[in-house]
Amino acid sequence: MSQPLEQLLVRLKDWLVLQCPPAAQGLVAALIPAAAIVAVFASLFALTTLLERKGLGRLQNRLGPNRVGPFGVLQPLADGLKMLIKEDIVPRDADRLVHLLAPVAMVVPVLLAYAVLPFGQRLVAVNFDAGILFFFAAGATTELAVFMAGWSSRNKYSLLGAMRAIAQMISYEVPLILSAMTAVMAAGSLSLVDIVGSQAGYHWGWLPRWHAFTPWGFAGLLLFTIAATAESNRTPFDIPEGESEIIAGHLVEYSGFKYALFFLGEYLGMFAVSGLGITLFLGGWHAPVPALEWVPSVAWFFAKLFGFIFLFIWLRGTLPRLRTDQLMNFAWKFMVPMVLVNLMVTAVWHFTRSWHFSGAGLWRWLVGALLLAGPYLWLGRALAGGRRFGPRSYHYAS
Amino acid sequence: MNPPPGLGIVKGLVETARNFVGSFHDPARLTTVQYPDERLPAKENARNFPFLVYDGPDSEKGLRCVACKICEKECPPQCIYIILERDANGKPQKHPRVFDLDISVCMSCQICVEVCPFDAIKMDTDYELSRSDRFGGLLLTKAELAKPNDYYRRIHPTEAQEVDARLEEERARAQAKAKPPAAAAKPAAPAQPAPA
Amino acid sequence: MLITLAGAAGAMALRNLVHCALCLVLAFGGLAALYLQLGAEFIGFAQVLVYVGAVAVLIVFAILLTRNSETRVERLSAASVPLGLGIAVLVAGALGGAAWFSGFAPAAAAARPVAGVRSIGERLMTQYVLPLEVLGLLLTAALIGAVIIALKEPGEPG
Repeated sequence: MSQPLEQLLVRLKDWLVLQCPPAAQGLVAALIPAAAIVAVFASLFALTTLLERKGLGRLQNRLGPNRVGPFGVLQPLADGLKMLIKEDIVPRDADRLVHLLAPVAMVVPVLLAYAVLPFGQRLVAVNFDAGILFFFAAGATTELAVFMAGWSSRNKYSLLGAMRAIAQMISYEVPLILSAMTAVMAAGSLSLVDIVGSQAGYHWGWLPRWHAFTPWGFAGLLLFTIAATAESNRTPFDIPEGESEIIAGHLVEYSGFKYALFFLGEYLGMFAVSGLGITLFLGGWHAPVPALEWVPSVAWFFAKLFGFIFLFIWLRGTLPRLRTDQLMNFAWKFMVPMVLVNLMVTAVWHFTRSWHFSGAGLWRWLVGALLLAGPYLWLGRALAGGRRFGPRSYHYAS
Repeated sequence: MNPPPGLGIVKGLVETARNFVGSFHDPARLTTVQYPDERLPAKENARNFPFLVYDGPDSEKGLRCVACKICEKECPPQCIYIILERDANGKPQKHPRVFDLDISVCMSCQICVEVCPFDAIKMDTDYELSRSDRFGGLLLTKAELAKPNDYYRRIHPTEAQEVDARLEEERARAQAKAKPPAAAAKPAAPAQPAPA
Repeated sequence: MLITLAGAAGAMALRNLVHCALCLVLAFGGLAALYLQLGAEFIGFAQVLVYVGAVAVLIVFAILLTRNSETRVERLSAASVPLGLGIAVLVAGALGGAAWFSGFAPAAAAARPVAGVRSIGERLMTQYVLPLEVLGLLLTAALIGAVIIALKEPGEPG
């Protein structure tokens, strides 16, 4: 299937490259996708701040910002202007170089991670053989940036916040990577383009072959989303930047543009990891029904991305914040066993793919779902610690 | 037995989704009042700072306050300042020449209202009292404090009804005392010889 | 290459310990770039993921939790310079000799080997499965040891 929009974009890029002198062509060919990615995702960031504030407002029975521009659409502009013109305060004893480098060290690796995401049928910046590994490697440097921010501020609370943030991010890296491994096992390749390719086609002509429609894929998507929420420090895991706790944690000494860069880095990380989730489990740029395949694949990718963004905003508006110890317990005692069980279920799925009797698909699904539901329910009961969760009952009050 | 884990989160998500969808069409799910453009009416029992009541159209002649200075003495933070009006001979008129109330000091305790024997000072509900001068601007004078009885009836209807009924009754009693002695004097005089 | 050497030199020479740790991170990054230049994608990305993502954070935690990093590192004493040089020469000689005499074929002879992930995985599971299992055992032992150290002793207060 030839997608006209993607072909147009690729032709445009080739034409632009040819306009340059031959010596610079390699550089320009690499710069154009990079510039496009930065431009698109930076404007998506601005749009998301607006959507988040309006969405959170509606979820909380109130309007979001609506004074700047009709329905508040110029609010991101106002916010950006405010961030730029704020005074840049650096504490007197702070380590100036590290203080300056920390936001840079946050944003640059996250932008690097976008290079391997396939946005459309032929729109991937670089097609590495080990694409997923590159993605996770780029994400791992974020922790170091958090530490640099916390340390250089010379503030005990900032350092404490940075320690907690790093502990959280490292703990949730394990479930993140392991739940991604299930999709890798199913597709047989670490390259993201191949993983998207393995999700092409439809069962019986209408059900897409996305990994999310298999029992391990569904569980994997849920686990991946939870781990992704924790990695990007979003509620309910936003202890590091809890506004009502240690103010902004490791970011407390940052103001103005550097704070805006951290904010940008966090949101870009959220988009990147959502993009990875879409690629691994939701079929990347594939359309959900054969009838709608004429819609450009880029549009499908971004539609799914907006779905993820809305899900994150929805979670933020609904759930209370987890305490650090609850968070760590959840990661190590629930998520890690569940991802290991998920890996086994993926293996079972893979080895039963030779079942061809009638109703085989349903049987495989049932077996997989049962193998997952058992540990899920058992772990949930065991970890509740014997506490009863129900409507409150009082001893003395009537 | 506990419900299956994760069910609580799903229920919470459903509730907020209802909030979200409902906020577009259901007024119960969008409770924002966009303040400077729309205002919520104050409740009847609300109180902010005091004001002086006057009956009739003239704010000087109809002012109920007789400058008895009870409120000035009873006010805990001493925010009221009254000067009695005296005429050319020095005879006190039942009227304040100066009645100043400093609302930066007033603590809205309502004691002045409780002790006033003439129902002359009542609590107002107006809260938009920003001034650009922190000291003189927040010292309200008699002219700013005097508001008509119709205004009082509008902001505290039940109280105003009760006060009006009481004042009307007192006035009727005072008139009845003034008239029957005059009327009784006349029938009493001719009545005296008659039964005698 | 230059970045790697500069980072390593900085890690040795700087006064502030945290700055040293960050220069070490730079050295790791340079090493990853070297791997990438040689065409070993998998190793390069794994280097970043493991070293920069985990080992560097470990080093940083260790610095913070064990010493007050405000104190400056002391100057080199005059006696330790020849000793240090001697050790450096020995180590370099051992490593260089091992590399020189291991007799690998020069790169021009063969087409660039495709160290694809699939081939790495297959070799790990067939030819090198013993080292893999031993490593797994080692890591498990380390985990159990860490948990035991972190557990409170029964009967000991606090």
